[in-house]
Amino acid sequence: MEIVLALAIGILTASGLWLLFRPRTFQVILGLSLLSYAVNLFILAAGRLRTDAPPIVGKGAADPALYADPVPQALVLTAIVISFATTALLLVVLLASRGLTGTDHVDGEESDP
Amino acid sequence: MTDARLLLIILALPFLGSLGAAFLPTRGRNRAALLAGAVALVGLVLAAGFYPVLASGRAVRLVIPWLSTLGLDLTLRLNGFSWLFSILILGIGGLVVLYARYYLSSDDPVSRFFAFLMAFMGSMLGMVLSGNLIQIAFFWEMTSLFSFLLIGYWHHNQSARDGARMALVVTAFGGVCLLVGFVLLGHIVGSYDVDRVLDAGDLIRGHALYLPALILILIGAFTKSAQFPFHFWLPHAMAAPTPVSAYLHSATMVKAGIYVLILLWPVLAGTESWYLIVTTTGLVTLLIGAWAAIFQQDLKGLLAYSTISHLGLITLLLGLGSPLAAVAAIFHTVNHATFKASLFMAAGIIDHETGTRDLRKLSGLARFMPITATLAMVAAAAMAGVPLLNGFLSKEMFLAEALETHSGTVLDSILPVLATLASVFSVLYSVRFIHQTFLGPPPVELPHEPREAPRWMRFPIEILVLICLLVGIIPALTIGPFLATAVQSVLGGRTPTYSLAIWHGFSLPLLMSVTALVGGTGLYLLFGARLNGFSQSPIIGHFKGRRTFEIVLAAIIDGARVVHRISGTKRLQVQLRLLVVTAIIVGVLPFLNVGYSRGPRPDTLVDPGFAILWMLAGASAIGAAWQAKFHRLAALVLIGVCGLVTCLSFAWLSAPDLALTQLLVEIVTLVLLLLGLRWLPKRLPDRWPEAHMPFTVYFRRGGDLLLALAGGGGIAAIAYAMMTRDAPHGLSRYFVEHAYSGGGGTNVVNVILVDFRAFDTYGEITVLAIVALTVFTLLRRFRPAAESIELPEQQRQQNAFDDAREDRDRGDTVRHYLLVPRVLMEWLFPVILTCALYFLVRGHDLPGGGFAAGVTASIAIIVLYMASGTRSVEMRLTVQPVQWISAGLLCATATGMAAWLFGYPFLSTHFRYLDLPIIGAIPMASALLFDIGVFAVVVGTTALILVALAHQSIRSPRAAKPSQDVGEGAD
Repeated sequence: MEIVLALAIGILTASGLWLLFRPRTFQVILGLSLLSYAVNLFILAAGRLRTDAPPIVGKGAADPALYADPVPQALVLTAIVISFATTALLLVVLLASRGLTGTDHVDGEESDP
Repeated sequence: MTDARLLLIILALPFLGSLGAAFLPTRGRNRAALLAGAVALVGLVLAAGFYPVLASGRAVRLVIPWLSTLGLDLTLRLNGFSWLFSILILGIGGLVVLYARYYLSSDDPVSRFFAFLMAFMGSMLGMVLSGNLIQIAFFWEMTSLFSFLLIGYWHHNQSARDGARMALVVTAFGGVCLLVGFVLLGHIVGSYDVDRVLDAGDLIRGHALYLPALILILIGAFTKSAQFPFHFWLPHAMAAPTPVSAYLHSATMVKAGIYVLILLWPVLAGTESWYLIVTTTGLVTLLIGAWAAIFQQDLKGLLAYSTISHLGLITLLLGLGSPLAAVAAIFHTVNHATFKASLFMAAGIIDHETGTRDLRKLSGLARFMPITATLAMVAAAAMAGVPLLNGFLSKEMFLAEALETHSGTVLDSILPVLATLASVFSVLYSVRFIHQTFLGPPPVELPHEPREAPRWMRFPIEILVLICLLVGIIPALTIGPFLATAVQSVLGGRTPTYSLAIWHGFSLPLLMSVTALVGGTGLYLLFGARLNGFSQSPIIGHFKGRRTFEIVLAAIIDGARVVHRISGTKRLQVQLRLLVVTAIIVGVLPFLNVGYSRGPRPDTLVDPGFAILWMLAGASAIGAAWQAKFHRLAALVLIGVCGLVTCLSFAWLSAPDLALTQLLVEIVTLVLLLLGLRWLPKRLPDRWPEAHMPFTVYFRRGGDLLLALAGGGGIAAIAYAMMTRDAPHGLSRYFVEHAYSGGGGTNVVNVILVDFRAFDTYGEITVLAIVALTVFTLLRRFRPAAESIELPEQQRQQNAFDDAREDRDRGDTVRHYLLVPRVLMEWLFPVILTCALYFLVRGHDLPGGGFAAGVTASIAIIVLYMASGTRSVEMRLTVQPVQWISAGLLCATATGMAAWLFGYPFLSTHFRYLDLPIIGAIPMASALLFDIGVFAVVVGTTALILVALAHQSIRSPRAAKPSQDVGEGAD
């Protein structure tokens, strides 16, 4: 499992980075989405992989060894929602920039060939 | 009533008054002046009440712990010396307020003036009352800031703006040096507490860092107290209204440097480097200031240079390092403040009543304004050091000290001569001031007919001149005890015996004084008439501080531009590449040292399903990267595949909360991007048909590909190395063990979010709210690109089809087309909402919670919008996202603050079981209330963003009409 997830994170990151370097705003937005998947998975992986051990404890004394690490999950949970907000902000800024400059190039003007 | 807490009131009063004055009507001259006067008076009375305690040799201290581990506590400290300064600040402050009431025109924004003046008064008090070095530096910077605002008060005036900026740059530069010096001092002593620093004199003087600390502190003090070579800002600050000059540039702010020098005198003085630097600087400043003052044609300019020279005198005294000289320095500080403030006020009256400050135009004013003239002449005589006035006494002490042997260097032998020379200059410009302004023939061609100033405008001068006279005639009965208390508090055991008598018999200092008086007057009689012909001071006039300042400033700005040009770029792509390259390098560096290896933990068995899922997602990611430029919709779908697989992985890897949230957010993100697609330009044809692509483009794309692969490979390697090692023991253990017993919930992730780390979540939802409002604001002013304004092709075809048929109205096609889905989707609305509420309520114990519930609820709204269209939804349903956001934030804040009522810190939670009929015992945690706040904020945020974006489509037809402003078409 570890190798699969590591490769998955790698592919998502590489695709995201490639898109991040592209000149069109839409590409950059998609790139950031891919990167945020990769980062969220990476943070989750920092708690090590556990299957069938969700951190829903019983009402008695809980043994931490039986549950997946809840801290990375708490971190990622808010990150998911925040990433929606930042994507929205970026999208709107880029749309506004496109309306003002007439181009969807990230710099607001076409680069020299 | 000498409770130490009163100090806090004295300090807070001016700031509160400043705040109050800021809210007064702009032209509320009397009210603002009354407020400021009351603040000064109350402060004065409170401060005076402390004197009996201080006179008995004790000091008052108030420590309010703040960041004790960093050595930062709010420490207030009052001893005899700082008491004397406080009285100066409050007393002269009060007089200046009265004076300013009459000086300022009712057309000026007077409330603002008094607001700044009181804030300055508070900063100055803060500085002298501080018992902590860092705190002193803080208030020091505040005085610079408010002095900037006060000098630039008439900001329509170019010279006022320039003078203000120059003063700020010079004194703020000094302030930074002072701060660093204080930090070094604190490092040497191990504490920033002034009392502890003062106890560590030998340690400081013997330390290797003594010299750097000394030089930095001296630069700070010298810039503030206008010492050579930093003195040039003071004459330029004369563009300030005269009350400001009287207050800041004679009595208080320029004495701030002197204050620090005296405060630290016991620990810093007495070394050779102190003697050489401080004495030389003081001497040069004394001479240059006095010399330049002679040749000034502007009344305030003369006073400014005279101030520089007197500050130099005080600095020189402190530099000598003998206790007697320190006494003289403290004494002269007080004397100078009284006579110079009154002189500035008199100059202001002359300016006010005649319309000019030019000495060449003024003449014979004594017959027009006899009272002001008498007062100014007495004050000027004090400045010159005429017997029976306070200036004489401290000057006598200065001359006596100049005669003593201090170091055995050449300075000792030339000091008496130079001191006498400076006194001669001082007499010369004082005589010139008196003669040129008040004596001689009546003036001709003045802008106004001169007349006496109003009664209450003269009153402050009368008080100050009276003090000059009283101190000058009966010093032992007036200033004596206060000076003794102040000196005792600074020098402690080293307090020398000194006498404040007027008559010490025929002595050498007296001879020097007489020489100065006779010589100065004689020189004026000989050369006085010619002085009017100078436009700049001979010899030193060529040293233009202002020009140097501007050259240095321009060089710094040019340098910044060069650095910016070399290292900066306007191109986002270049910046991102640099960022990623840096990240990769930083990521690789540690592996170069320790090498890369997989950890000891065995791999868990690969599940084929999981592998297949990720093969699919990996291919989708690559496909999206490949196609994002030309096939946006397809790329979006491919990204969605990655999102769903991520979501499945969360579920697979024991993170049900994440899976749920990811799935929901995936939906709203998709809707968001689809809405955005509408406004993007048509796809451009490839700029370079494959065969003709230039080499640079291949190069660039190849580089990007390599970078992307390096980044992806690197992160995969790190992730693998990390996952094959055991996790260190972190916080998780505590959270899992205490989630139920401490937080009353079994869903640990949710308990962390709303209970253990609720403050983080609180910040998080605040960010969400800010982002939503920003998006909303941006969209209100949104101007779509010209080619996107037209309706999309599909809609145009539908409309054309509807128009062509007589039995159809516009929009019928789309309505009929979506009829069945629409009914289904509308019926889904209550179902989804119920689902959202279910997620919310159960979140504490099972996957769900405020975030997931909030997104779900907003999906319900979005579904409705998609099914029925924006207009028809809004006819039936009013969603007010901004209200949702504010209600949510208020709910979260109130829940947090409720903990205060029970004496717990912000956001402490409480939980108990509630017995309900039928349902039984259900847990009720206050965290649920907080989660409801989170829920409301998320609903509001998501709905606000998506609805605002959706609104653009129905707004655009109006934008097509050129007569209407798109931006004003707010929905």
